[in-house]
Amino acid sequence: MSEALVATEVPEASVPGASGARQFWRRLRAQRAAMVAAVVVALLVLVALAAPLLTALEGQDPTTYHPSLIDSARGGVPIGSFGGVGGEHWLGVEPQTGRDLFARLVYGARVSLGVALAATAVQVFLGVVVGVAAALGNRWVDQLLSRITDIIVAMPLMIMALALLAVVPSSFPRPVLVALIIGFVAWGTIGKIARAQTLTLKELDYVAAARLSGWGTLRIARRELLPGLAAPVITYAALMVPANISIEASLSFLGVGVKPPTPSWGQMLTSADVWYQAAPQYLLLPAAALFVTVLALTVLGDGVRTALDPRAASRLRIGTGRRQESKAGKPEAAKTEAGRSEAAEEGIA
Amino acid sequence: MSLVHVTDLTVEFGDLRAVDGLSFRLEEGAALALVGESGSGKSTVASALLGLHRGTGARVGGSVEVAGVDVPRASDDELRRLRGAKAAMVFQDPLSSLDPYYAIGDQIAEVYRVHTRASRRTARARAVEVLDRVGIPDAVRRSRSRPHEFSGGMRQRALIAMALACEPRLLIADEPTTALDVTVQAQILDLLHTLRAETGMGLLLVTHDVGVAAGSVDDVLVMRHGRAVEQGPVAAVLGAPGEAYTRELLAAVPRVDAPRAPSGPAGEVVLEARGLRREFGRGRKAFAAVDDVSLTVRRGETLGVVGESGSGKTTLGRMLVGLLEPTAGEVRHDGHARVGVNPAVQMVFQDPVSSLNPRRNVGESIADPIRARGERDEQRIRGRVKELLERVGLEGARYDRYPHEFSGGQRQRVGIARALAADPRVIVCDEPVSALDVTTQAQVVALLGELQRELGLALVFVAHDLAVVRQVSDRVAVMRRGRIVEQGPADEVYDSPRDPYTRQLLAAVPALDPRIAARRRAERGEVAVT
Amino acid sequence: MSGFTAFALRRAVSAVLTLLALSVIIYVVFYATPGNVAQITCGPRCSPEQVHQVAQQLRLDDPLYLRYWHFLQGIVAGHDYSTGTSVEHCPAPCLGLSYQSDQQVTRIILNKLPVSLSLVVGAMVLWLLLGVGTGVLSAWRRGRFTERALTGITLAGVATPVFVIGLVLMIVVCGQLELLPFPEYVSFSDDPEQWMWGLLLPWVTLALGEAAYFARLTRASMLETLAEDHIRTFRAYGVGERSIVGRHALRGALAPIIALNANDFGSAMGGAVLVESLFGLPGIGQELVHAVTVVDLPVVVGMVLVIGFFVVLANAVADVLYAVADRRVVLA
Repeated sequence: MSEALVATEVPEASVPGASGARQFWRRLRAQRAAMVAAVVVALLVLVALAAPLLTALEGQDPTTYHPSLIDSARGGVPIGSFGGVGGEHWLGVEPQTGRDLFARLVYGARVSLGVALAATAVQVFLGVVVGVAAALGNRWVDQLLSRITDIIVAMPLMIMALALLAVVPSSFPRPVLVALIIGFVAWGTIGKIARAQTLTLKELDYVAAARLSGWGTLRIARRELLPGLAAPVITYAALMVPANISIEASLSFLGVGVKPPTPSWGQMLTSADVWYQAAPQYLLLPAAALFVTVLALTVLGDGVRTALDPRAASRLRIGTGRRQESKAGKPEAAKTEAGRSEAAEEGIA
Repeated sequence: MSLVHVTDLTVEFGDLRAVDGLSFRLEEGAALALVGESGSGKSTVASALLGLHRGTGARVGGSVEVAGVDVPRASDDELRRLRGAKAAMVFQDPLSSLDPYYAIGDQIAEVYRVHTRASRRTARARAVEVLDRVGIPDAVRRSRSRPHEFSGGMRQRALIAMALACEPRLLIADEPTTALDVTVQAQILDLLHTLRAETGMGLLLVTHDVGVAAGSVDDVLVMRHGRAVEQGPVAAVLGAPGEAYTRELLAAVPRVDAPRAPSGPAGEVVLEARGLRREFGRGRKAFAAVDDVSLTVRRGETLGVVGESGSGKTTLGRMLVGLLEPTAGEVRHDGHARVGVNPAVQMVFQDPVSSLNPRRNVGESIADPIRARGERDEQRIRGRVKELLERVGLEGARYDRYPHEFSGGQRQRVGIARALAADPRVIVCDEPVSALDVTTQAQVVALLGELQRELGLALVFVAHDLAVVRQVSDRVAVMRRGRIVEQGPADEVYDSPRDPYTRQLLAAVPALDPRIAARRRAERGEVAVT
Repeated sequence: MSGFTAFALRRAVSAVLTLLALSVIIYVVFYATPGNVAQITCGPRCSPEQVHQVAQQLRLDDPLYLRYWHFLQGIVAGHDYSTGTSVEHCPAPCLGLSYQSDQQVTRIILNKLPVSLSLVVGAMVLWLLLGVGTGVLSAWRRGRFTERALTGITLAGVATPVFVIGLVLMIVVCGQLELLPFPEYVSFSDDPEQWMWGLLLPWVTLALGEAAYFARLTRASMLETLAEDHIRTFRAYGVGERSIVGRHALRGALAPIIALNANDFGSAMGGAVLVESLFGLPGIGQELVHAVTVVDLPVVVGMVLVIGFFVVLANAVADVLYAVADRRVVLA
């Protein structure tokens, strides 16, 4: 074998942007805030899953009225100190109804997380299907689907959700309905991201190489495109979960989302301002629960983005991000890129 | 006192020592080139001269003195007064090096005002003056344009104009022509040459291209792994290199004037293009990237397709393999018209990063054509892939490795193995070595040659680099604006070009011998006049 | 600039088309639902005769596309409604009649619109100033304590739903500290000072959450710009940090800010609904919640269309501004 056949260069140590689940975990673990947030989220999920167990432990349930525990003469203020806190009712009872606050809070976690996750799943599914179809379809398919996506993006989510909730018969299970409506009204951005990413991936040389191998479109989409789509979609989906929690809470706060007797944090806050002096925890607990949940999910989402998006790393190396890359990179690579953009310019002119 | 005096410079990024004990001097008005392959630390040295590593976490050791300023120990204000005023820098990519949102003239005026406290009006006038000086036509009007409204060469001129604004004593040019076409490169190098003669400023040229250095400087410093390998007058170092690495580097540089070793006789026609045309865009924006191109490729021969950016050579390559459908004309394999992709015609891609799926191991990528043929026996697939890996000079055991664990040249070898896995008769290579260092380039080119002889492959070698194309091709087609302007046996095209464009291209190629470089510069002056 | 004018025109046409498509979707979704539309529209207390009259006015016997066409005609040219004894004229843009409140939808909306516009426009000024200012400050003091503190505060702002901010502010500022009276809408033409004091808390409430988004975006895009090559150029030419951050980095962040502002206009409308409900401001948001609660279909459809109109308008304006701000955008 001649000398020319032996590769003598040394590979670069670790190339930024190289993916893989292991690298993702390593990058995520390196962020302390994200790890704390992940623990908080895990705890919340656990509480939501174990809601029946926890309430059984307390010996209460979220829907039973306790008229004996409220002072109807004073408009329904809970009897006892701090809104009726005690061994029976760990966090006191709800004003007016006397329902157990702890039970409603932990069941509220179920509703909040469940609705948000289900809505995100619908958004991701619709967005990816429409986005990928637009990117891979012919010009007319793309035009049609892109216009639809534009309209979906332009529709104000809260307003549309509000309006849609008006027309659906009240017999429909409310949490499912809220999740579906959020999902169907707000998949536009994910659709745009999926389309743009697929268009980018489609032009990559390795996809061309797969075509030259003789594989069909479906297999190429599954093997070469979808994995590349995962990073941006997961990144965005991670940030949609807290947004969806906020929206569900807002709709329920307005009295059109999740309706009693099913508990929801937003719904608990609907009349909380009236009671804040007599039963401050009735306002503070659901508000704090919402705040902590959305905050933890947002921080975790930021962490996921940093771990998945190679550019985030360069954002941290302020001012010289490209410098170090270009030092390691090949000068010729830049040449041909610039050449391409020039060709494109000439094309437009 | 020297203009630049660097003693025992080290620059470290974390664990990586990019520059390791480098020393050199540059006298007032002299020109020095730092030459090296990627990772040699040459650009890092350029940044260190202006103290650009300050505040980035890089550790800088040794002493750096530029125009009387002790760079590592200077205050921030002293450093700011040095930058741009006494020593100015020209960067590699002129598009990303200018603010896309402001007019070129305003950007130059801003820099001028930082150092002179001139009025807005004076600064603007100065900007027009320097733009005119670097040969931008209609400078008053063009100074109001934004960078994206300029062509690549014009942008680089604008960047040089910015450098000239404050009449610096030192110009640092970091790969100033790497992003440019060869004819534009020649113009920019000529401009630098003229400006240096007129203003008497010193020049520090950082480049990977020995040819660029040969024609532009007095002294050259060859770098490798952050250290100086060899240093001296350019004619001496390039003419009679004293160090083994310098010799290796020079030997790897393809020569535009050296004929190719004769290859075996060409066989029957395996690939033919007839009247190929490809349009992009619709309506008024439509243009033909490739226009009426006909060519043939025979078994065992290499057809070189050479052209500058925008010549349509890549579009042509993609049509030949069936990745793009022609608007008109046809591609014929073995005498039959074909539509779409065909395993017998494979491609080796330009960018070793994007041509392999980062999420799949290289073995799986190489196995794709074998699996697509219907082979199901895992043992046999694995065996064949390992055989192919070894055939291209990689260890068969690296089947399960991912692309990021390979260097650029190795990834290109993987790409070649994948093409071979389809048992092709033709391989179209689209700029297969343009992203590689020159020594790696030589290895990959040699590999392609060996494979061709062994397997009787027909190769289409698409590239912008005239010297590389000559090195590999039996026949050459020169493309310009979508058309083939000249086609024929390589030696004929290179030694007695008929088309004026081919002549212009050949005159623009940097020469390794400083005397030849000077002669070519003179010739270019004539070509430009006619 | 003919290319630019053409772009603006094309954008205007596409905005009109989007609005049309939106109106079709909304009309179909709301009027093609299963169930007795006339009964739903009229309300639960309607007599069979009233329901019959509503069915005639809505032309429920016609096919859906004709009904939509009729609806569209009303918006463009107005309608005359026969109420049996007299004829009521509903001038263009006529969005139909609310049978439950016995009023024209257009009139209901026009009555409520000033409140909502006062709220949203005032808040927008506030959130742009606050958000962009915070973002610039974070980018300018990057890597220092100020940036970390601001990042923490904006994160908290993003994580708190608007109505929770409003609840807390109302209880603390109006209830406990008694710094401000409880918000109340006074028409600007009646008393500008009272108008401002009454809206101050709603403005702050709506602006805080949005400002946090803008601060994050401004900071992120400025840091992204600061990592670009052309910033290195100006550093290498001795240009000071103030000009680099304030001139070059901010300019690079401008286009994304405009884009976000357009996209956010819709979510701000949603926020306005919450703020109006929370503070009891008689705007279209509060009216919408009421209409949804009592299922007053014509009002819901009209409201959604009007809000959709403003959102599409905001998007179109922002697109044109974006094209001006980012001159690299290919006008296509």
